[in-house]
Amino acid sequence: MSDLWKNVRVDFPILHQQVNGKPLVYLDNGATSQKPRAVIDALVRYYERDNSNVHRGLHALSMRATDAYEGARARVARFINAADPAEIIFTRGTTDSINLVARSWGHAHLKPGDVVLTTEIEHHSNLVPWQQAARASGATLKCVPVLGADAEGGLDLAALDQLLTPQVKLFAFTHISNTLGTINPVAEFCRRARAVGAVTVIDAAQSVGHAPFDVQALGADFVAFSGHKMCGPTGIGVLYGRRALLDQLAPDETGGGMVVNVTYEAATWKPAPERFEAGTPNVADAIALGVACDYLDALSRDQIAAHDAALAQLAMEKLSLLPGIRIIGPRAGAARSGLVSFAFEGVHAHDVVTFADEDGVALRGGHHCNQPLMRKLGLTSTTRASFYVYNTPEEIDALVASLRKILEFFGVA
Amino acid sequence: MSADLTELYQQVILDHNRRPRNRGKLPTANRVAHGDNPSCGDQCSVFLRLDPGAPGQPDRIAEISFDGSGCAISQASASLMTTQLKGKTTAEAEKLYNEFHAIVTSGHAPEEISDLAAFAGVHAFPARIKCATLGWHAALNALKNDAAPATTESHTD
Repeated sequence: MSDLWKNVRVDFPILHQQVNGKPLVYLDNGATSQKPRAVIDALVRYYERDNSNVHRGLHALSMRATDAYEGARARVARFINAADPAEIIFTRGTTDSINLVARSWGHAHLKPGDVVLTTEIEHHSNLVPWQQAARASGATLKCVPVLGADAEGGLDLAALDQLLTPQVKLFAFTHISNTLGTINPVAEFCRRARAVGAVTVIDAAQSVGHAPFDVQALGADFVAFSGHKMCGPTGIGVLYGRRALLDQLAPDETGGGMVVNVTYEAATWKPAPERFEAGTPNVADAIALGVACDYLDALSRDQIAAHDAALAQLAMEKLSLLPGIRIIGPRAGAARSGLVSFAFEGVHAHDVVTFADEDGVALRGGHHCNQPLMRKLGLTSTTRASFYVYNTPEEIDALVASLRKILEFFGVA
Repeated sequence: MSADLTELYQQVILDHNRRPRNRGKLPTANRVAHGDNPSCGDQCSVFLRLDPGAPGQPDRIAEISFDGSGCAISQASASLMTTQLKGKTTAEAEKLYNEFHAIVTSGHAPEEISDLAAFAGVHAFPARIKCATLGWHAALNALKNDAAPATTESHTD
């Protein structure tokens, strides 16, 4: 590992605080990651030196802001190995990106008899927009089932073969499940979808900042992700779209900045990406997202993935010793991203999270925006610990110690 | 364990969580309502039988039960609520809820209120107020319903 890793915790100012009198142990990275000093500084620097509206300005500040904003687009393109920066559309986040595809692409291409395919392990943000698109177009929505009583078996690839018919016009799937930690074989999904002529949408919210990600190697058509889960600010996200698809796509929102020629009666559109960025864009956060890309690539996403996976396996090993615990998702030893989701017989996730917070341990409890999956597993909620670059094995010990206290208090241990 | 946490998880609450009172569907119910806490997935259905009062007198809750799933706070609160609402009129139930709401938001309980005072500790955990009031919202909704059969809301979980 590079020397950069030695100082990784120093880079994140927020980590150096006490919560309820204990050192903060931040294990809610699946919800949002913390921000390194470089990203925070980029926001301050922009507002202190360069803040201006982009594109149409001819003055110095506007040119600086425009260069930085378009530079961030090129940086993000490099981050996911897009062929062209014009394939990067800045959005508000993953949800916004998926909705854009669902409305724009869905409206243009879906018709009765078509099938939209998704999976049983999607976040609501990659399910509900497709429900809406199917309802609006008369298309049918189908889900690839997940295998196993604890969803430990991953998606059912045999069922996928049955479901992926020529009627499927679009296949939307997550790269890494935010609830299970399952890593989907996305390259294979893209290949199979392409074979039947279906367009692919990858929810990369949990993956792009955690592992190498190459849209061209995957052969993805659309990819959605958020800045705030990868060390960037909230309120900025990305929709990658293959150029050929974006060029055919009508805008979703209209207004300033995305038009070529406007009369009182009608307007014509700029090409991508401007076509999809009506109004003043989120300049500052886009620039800071570019800095987040720099930060993560300096650490190397290969090493981030290895670090996350090692913590997850350690957590699996230690958590599985707790009485009455039920861990969902891949079994110990199987491939798993940097998160573990679990439930206790007799103690609800919210009580767990409240107690852990008393020990300074930040967890998430609930349905993780995955209600149908929870129902399928016979659960209403789980507790989730999710890891990132700054987490340590000692923090997993702190988690386990806190959980033991909770189980004792509720008389489970 | 911190004082706030001890205050939140009082013995009364733990006891009701472990051994909920009046839990399950009420076959004789003539009112039912369902409460959802979408932020966390907690669910609570309240079943009650409202009996007509004497001429000129308001209806009263003759029987009440709850069913659902959720954290210790939400389950204990619904359980304790059923013990408090039996025999009450709609107006009395609303008055009791207002007192309960004041307790969980302020942390202060009037002296004459006994068991419900156990929830005073909730006020130190604002995110948990919704847990404590979930069952009450369902009960008040059930009381506001027309006297429809117990099928106005169905819940399949």
